[in-house]
Amino acid sequence: MNLHEHQAKSLFRQFHIPVPAGDAAFDVAQAEKIAAELGGERWIVKAQVHAGGRGKAGGVKIVSGIDELKQTVQGYLGSRLVTHQTDAAGLPISRVLVESLSDIGREIYLGALIDRGSRRIVFMASSEGGMDIEEVAANTPDKILKVTIDPTVGLQGYQTRQIAFGLGLAGDQIKQLGRIMNSLYQIFTRHDVSLIEINPLIVTGQGDLMALDAKLGIDDNALYRQPEMVALRDTTQEDARELEADEHGLNYVPLDGNIGCMVNGAGLAMATMDEIKLQGGEPANFLDVGGGTTAEKVAEAFKLILSDDKVKAILVNIFGGIVRCDLIANGILQAVQEVGVDIPVIVRLEGTNVDLGKAILAESDVAIISADDLEDGAKKAVAAIGGQA
Amino acid sequence: MSILINKDTRVICQGFTGKQGSFHSEQAIAYGTNMVGGVTPGKGGQTHLELPVFNTVADAVNETGAEATMIYVPAPFCADAILEAADAGIKVIVCITEHIPVQDMLKVKAVLEQKDCYLIGPNCPGIITSGESKIGIMPGAIHQKGRVGIISRSGTLTYEAVHQTTQNGLGQTTCIGIGGDPIQGMNFIDCLELFELDDETEGVVMVGEIGGNAEEQAAEYIKNHFSKPVVSYIAGVTAPPGKRMGHAGAIIAGGKGTADEKFSALQSAGVATVDSPSKLGARMKELLR
Repeated sequence: MNLHEHQAKSLFRQFHIPVPAGDAAFDVAQAEKIAAELGGERWIVKAQVHAGGRGKAGGVKIVSGIDELKQTVQGYLGSRLVTHQTDAAGLPISRVLVESLSDIGREIYLGALIDRGSRRIVFMASSEGGMDIEEVAANTPDKILKVTIDPTVGLQGYQTRQIAFGLGLAGDQIKQLGRIMNSLYQIFTRHDVSLIEINPLIVTGQGDLMALDAKLGIDDNALYRQPEMVALRDTTQEDARELEADEHGLNYVPLDGNIGCMVNGAGLAMATMDEIKLQGGEPANFLDVGGGTTAEKVAEAFKLILSDDKVKAILVNIFGGIVRCDLIANGILQAVQEVGVDIPVIVRLEGTNVDLGKAILAESDVAIISADDLEDGAKKAVAAIGGQA
Repeated sequence: MSILINKDTRVICQGFTGKQGSFHSEQAIAYGTNMVGGVTPGKGGQTHLELPVFNTVADAVNETGAEATMIYVPAPFCADAILEAADAGIKVIVCITEHIPVQDMLKVKAVLEQKDCYLIGPNCPGIITSGESKIGIMPGAIHQKGRVGIISRSGTLTYEAVHQTTQNGLGQTTCIGIGGDPIQGMNFIDCLELFELDDETEGVVMVGEIGGNAEEQAAEYIKNHFSKPVVSYIAGVTAPPGKRMGHAGAIIAGGKGTADEKFSALQSAGVATVDSPSKLGARMKELLR
């Protein structure tokens, strides 16, 4: 789960990390009021969506005077922002952040994440602030400073100094960075954060550090113990079908192809997509119905796949382990009839009671194409939509 | 021989009297696993599935000499359960549960680094030594005692590999599902080291997926230290970047962790890669001919 920039900045304020004065507005009147309270004649208006690259995509604008402010906010609210991190439809803008302008002397990147290799929280910093940090990491990895945190003792002072001196900070800035990093570490561990980024962290004209942007992601598996964070969730920023799948205990990711997939197990679901591609087709989705598949789940999965108009055939690939194939076969028949599936359905079953399961499918009057293994299933699915097989 | 567990390994279950714990303990007993008891705090002294129930893992170890545990407790309590098992001196800790917060695993791993034990999982099907001992949720019937070791990050993909090696007569020594989480217990290399030393294991099937760089590290290890044939498949060639594909650890982040990178690392290490999991068994059979 991700936070909006304005939410992350509120959290930063609670933990004494300096951020520009400002607030979120959900309508034009609110934006006007915030601007009046901030004072001055110029402000920055930032569209709030869960994606990076907003600046380049026109989602951030410096405005002069109340009229331009109103006009800009009016233009943003209710529209969609397309950035290089979103799909072609972009994300809806339902709120904007209105802030005072900052006096930028220098831009730095500062972030923390969980590093899988070292199994530790790692802080990263770079003098190349404001840039795409992934690009910096790929092209000039030596420009990235890193410290690795031992969970038994937490972030240490020497580690913050290492970063500060490495960035060429001086005087009071060294202490300021130490305080900011300590606050970030507290936020990280207290709120089950998986990624936190300040890009850029600026040195102001007066020589003080300030977080100009804020990106924060929370570990979905820890939401049960993060009610404060859950309250900040904005589901309009998430894919509606993924959300619906989530409610039914299904894992679903929409893709661009036309062969729908229903599989038990995440690895096998990916392998099924890959096999469709290998046989000359294009998968329409990733869908993992989970290990303990039930008839109800299978029915929900069919509905979900069919909600995508592009889908022209469905490949069901179930390796029945603990769940028996005869039960799954009955579940599929029931679901196909209930949901009214009117496109080719190719079923590959394997595992416990597979012969019984296949017989049930063969004897039914529901038109189902039976496949022997994954390769055969993918070939038949591609053939069913008239593609090469 | 086999690795980590065999027919004599004394196994307990944490979360023994719960629905999952009961069901999979019954399945394990039916398979022939040497189950010696279980742990459910507050139910110590009772009998369940004709086996003793203990309040703590330490009690279970003292009374039964348990060496391995399978954990079927809900995600919020798994860190506690793993640490309790490690503290009680359990050697092989198998955690099946999915959705454990990653920062819990971060702390657990830091503690386990100081202990003499193996953690398998979490978010995995478990471990089975074919024909001897089953600690996990895999279907026992598809396994057959034999010559191939299997290591996989995915559950049902492991079953594919198992099924094929059974169908073509190779059979398996030990199969380990190392799990789909970003921070896990044993990794590919930990398992490969043990398979290298196991005389009965003649070859290894390694099933990876997108995310992280465990497969690349395994490739490096295989190139320098592993003498037996390895067949490998990586799932997720068609997975879009930035999207979590079911498993918490299956995500291409910052352009890293793609299937293509992993395939080429394995190929340059001399691993026989296959472009479809349907071919794992046949390829292994060619190599072991």
